[in-house]
Amino acid sequence: MTTVRRTDVLVVGAGPAGLAAAARLAAAGAGRVEVLERETQPGGVPRHCAHGGFGTWTRPLTGPGYAALLTDAAERAGATLRTGTTALDWGTGPVLTAVGPGGPETIEARAVVLATGARERPRTARLVPGTRPAGVCTTGELQQAVHLFGQHIGTRVVVAGAEDVSYAAAGTVRAAGAEVVALVTEHPRAQTGRTRAQAARLVHGIPLLTGTTVTELLGRARLSGVRVRHRDGRTAVLSCDTVVFTGDFVPDHELARRGGLTLDPGTRGPAVAGSLHTSRPGVFAAGNLLHAVEPAGTAAHEGARAARAVLDFLAGAPWPGPGVPVTVEAPLRWIAPNRVTPGARATRHVLRTGTPLTRPVLYVRQDGRLLHRERPRPATVLPNRPLPLSARWHDHVDPEGGEIRVSTT
Amino acid sequence: MTVTADGPLPEQTYDVAIVGAGVVGCAIARELARHPRLSVALVEAQDDVGQGTSKANTAILHTGFDATPGTQEARLVREGYRLLGAYAAETGIPVERVGALLVAWDEEQLAALPGLAAKAGHNGYTETRLLGTAELYAREPHLGAGARGALHIPGESIICPWTTTLAYATQAVRAGADLHLNTAVRHVARADGHRLSTSRGTLHARRLVNAAGLHADTLDRVLGHRDFTVTPRRGQLLVHDKLARPLVRHILLPVPTALGKGVLVAPTVYGNVLLGPTAEDLHDKRATGSTAEGLAALREQGRRILPALLDEDVTAVYAGLRAATEHEDYRIAAHPGQAYVTVGGIRSTGLTASLAIAAHVTRLLAGTGLDLGPAADLDPLTMPNLGEAFPRPYQRPDLIAADPAYGTLVCHCERVSRGEIRDALRSTVPPRTLDGLRRRTRARAGRCQGFYCGAAVRELFERGQTGGDTP
Repeated sequence: MTTVRRTDVLVVGAGPAGLAAAARLAAAGAGRVEVLERETQPGGVPRHCAHGGFGTWTRPLTGPGYAALLTDAAERAGATLRTGTTALDWGTGPVLTAVGPGGPETIEARAVVLATGARERPRTARLVPGTRPAGVCTTGELQQAVHLFGQHIGTRVVVAGAEDVSYAAAGTVRAAGAEVVALVTEHPRAQTGRTRAQAARLVHGIPLLTGTTVTELLGRARLSGVRVRHRDGRTAVLSCDTVVFTGDFVPDHELARRGGLTLDPGTRGPAVAGSLHTSRPGVFAAGNLLHAVEPAGTAAHEGARAARAVLDFLAGAPWPGPGVPVTVEAPLRWIAPNRVTPGARATRHVLRTGTPLTRPVLYVRQDGRLLHRERPRPATVLPNRPLPLSARWHDHVDPEGGEIRVSTT
Repeated sequence: MTVTADGPLPEQTYDVAIVGAGVVGCAIARELARHPRLSVALVEAQDDVGQGTSKANTAILHTGFDATPGTQEARLVREGYRLLGAYAAETGIPVERVGALLVAWDEEQLAALPGLAAKAGHNGYTETRLLGTAELYAREPHLGAGARGALHIPGESIICPWTTTLAYATQAVRAGADLHLNTAVRHVARADGHRLSTSRGTLHARRLVNAAGLHADTLDRVLGHRDFTVTPRRGQLLVHDKLARPLVRHILLPVPTALGKGVLVAPTVYGNVLLGPTAEDLHDKRATGSTAEGLAALREQGRRILPALLDEDVTAVYAGLRAATEHEDYRIAAHPGQAYVTVGGIRSTGLTASLAIAAHVTRLLAGTGLDLGPAADLDPLTMPNLGEAFPRPYQRPDLIAADPAYGTLVCHCERVSRGEIRDALRSTVPPRTLDGLRRRTRARAGRCQGFYCGAAVRELFERGQTGGDTP
C-alpha cells in the first residue's frame, strides 16, 4: 500500500540549502514543512568535511559542526526532517513519490524545493583508461571512509586535482596516516589560496605536479600506480595504492530531469532566475544543484532566498515566465543564475572559467548590444574559483529580446 | 553446500572436475549436479564465478540469426536461446526482448541486408523484416542522420550475464557440487584418473572437463592436444548513465562488412546504454585494461549512431577478452581414451549457448563411459532481480512491509537496499570483494561510483565478511 500524505512545502535534500530553506519557511509560518533526506543523517556534504572553513568569521565551525547547527535550526523552527527516505519520482504537479523503511508513499505539497546538491565526477565519467582495480575513489567517498567509518584507505595516495577540495582531500589522507604522493593538475598552477598551496608544498612536503594529467590506472586487484603525462609529452608512473579524483563537480540532477525541468546547458542544473523558480510550476531549486559547486554558506543563503520566493508563491504570487536566458562564451564555462526576469529583484551572478584569466573584463551583450562591462575582483581568476558578476545591468535587458551573452572579449 | 576459497582441497576423488567457473563451466556443473550420484568439482582460478569473458561481454541473448549455418555454434546457440529464455523466466534472471536493428549506413550495407535475412532463414530464424528509413526512424527517433534502412530481428534480447552465471553456480552448489575458488590448475597428470596440481594443492578426478575459456588451449596442450590456439580479442565497452536509456529502444547492430564488425549500441537490463565493443587481437590474456585510443574510437562511432548518447555521463568502462581461435566454430571435443572433454573456442555467443553446451557436454561425458546415474529435478531457484523492467525490491510494498531493510536504500544511484546487500552476503555463493558485491546487487555501479555510498557499502560488506551482524 502506498501512503498518500499532504504537506505545505516539501524540501528534497537536507544539505545546507535544504536545511536553510526549511528553517526559514517553518519560522515564517509556511505551514507544514517537511525535508526528505536519503542519507541516515541530515547535513549533506559538510557532514564529512572534518576540516574548518564553515560558519562565519565570528563563529568558525568544522563541517560536521556546521551541519549540526543547520539541522538544529531547521528542527527548532518546526520543520520535520525525514532521513532514510528517498524521493524517487514525480506525480502530477508538485507531488513526489518516495520510499523509506516504512514503505512507499506519495507526498502532495503546495510547493517543492529541490536541494539535491552536487557530486564529483568519478574516474569513469572522466574516461581515464586502464585497469579497474580497488583503490580508486572521489573526495566524497574518501572523507566518509576516514571521518565517518574509520576505514583504512591505503598508504600511498595520489590526488588528482589541485583546487580547494583537492587540498581538503590531501588533508584527509594525512589525517588517516597515509602519504600524499602528489597533487596532479592539468592547470599551470594550484587553484586555491596561495597560503594553502604553499603550506601543502613547503610544510607538508606534498609535491604539486602542474600541467600534468592522469592518463592510465595500473594494477590488478589493487591499484599499483598511475601513469601521468606532462604537457611537454614526458610520462612517468607514480607508484601508489590509492587515487582520489577530486573536484569536477556536477549537479545531482536526476530528480530534476525526471521532473522534466528545463536544465541549463552550462551548469547542467535547473535553469533559474535569481528568484529560483524552475520551469515547473510549484517547484523551486537552491544550492549546488544550481552551480556545482559554491561554498556551503552560499548554498545556505540561497536556500533562505528560495524560502522567500516560496512564501510569496504560497501567498498567491503568480508563477513567472521563463525569463531571458543568459549564456557564456569560452573560456567561461557557466553562469548562475542563468535566466533574467526584468523587473524582478536582482541578485548577482557567479561564473566559472575554464582557463586562468588575468585582469579579465566581462562583457554582457544582448542581440549584439552591449548592456554592461565589468572588471571583476580579484584581478586573477582561476578555474574552479568563483567569478562574480553584478546584476546592475538587469534593467537594460529587453524582455522580448534574444539570449544574453557574457564573454571576456 | 560447499564453496571454498582457501586452505587445502578435499582429498576425495571426484567423478568429474570442471576447470573454469565461467558461464559455460557453471552451466556444465549445474547440468551434472542433476545427477545426485555424481560428485562434481568446479575449479576456478579467480576469486569468483564468471570472472573472465563471462563478466565482460555485450550481455545479449542471441537468436543465432547471423551464425554460420551448419556449424555446431549455430545449433547450440539456437538451442541455448530457447533453453536460457525459459530458464530466465523460471529463475528471475532479467531478460528484455527488445529486438535488434541491423542498421545500414551506406549502399553496400543496405545491399547486404537481404543476404543476412536469408542467412537467418538458413539458421531457422524467419522473423526478420527489412525496414525502410521512415519506419527505422519512427522506431529509433534519436538515431543519427544518414541511416539507409535496417533489418529487424525481433527476437534478439538483452540479459544479465552475472545473474545467469551465478544462478547456474548457485543451483550446482545447492545440489552438491563443490566450487573451489582461487584454485589455478598448473598441471594435469594421469595417475588412476586425473591428478590436478593446483595453486591450492592436488585435486583428483576420474573425468576432466576443460572449460577454461581464454586458457582452454593451454590446458588442452597439457593434455597433449594442439587443436586450437586462443588469441584473446579485446573488446572495450562504455556504459552510459541510466538517464540515457530513453534514447534507444532496440539493440542497434552494425552490418558486418569486410572492414570489420563495427560497434553496437544496446540497452542493458539495468537501464544503462552500452557502446562497444572494440575488436583488438592481442597476445596478453590479462590485458583487460581500456585504452585512450579505444575509448576515443568508440565515442567517434557512437557520435554517428546515437549522437545524444555522447552528452550523457559514462558510468563504467570495461574491457573483456573473447576467446577467439583460428577456427570458425566452437571446439568442443571428447577424448574418451583420456576421460577428457574440451570445451574450447566458446566466443561471445557462449552466454546464449551455455545451457545447450552443458547438455551436449554431459552427453559427451556419458559417451566416455561416465555412468550418470538417475537424474533428479533441481530445487527451484529465484534470483534477486537487478533488471529495471521488473519490480526491484524498493518498488515492492509487500517486501518492505515484511522487512523494512528493503526500503532502506544504501546505494542511491542504483537504488540498492540494505536488505539486498545483506542477502547477497548470506547467499550460497557470496561475494569476496566489493566488485563481487557490485555484480550481485549493483551497489556502487551507478553514476556516483561511490561518492555518496562507497564507504557505507564497504562498511556493510566488511561487517558481513567478518561474520559480524549485517543489519
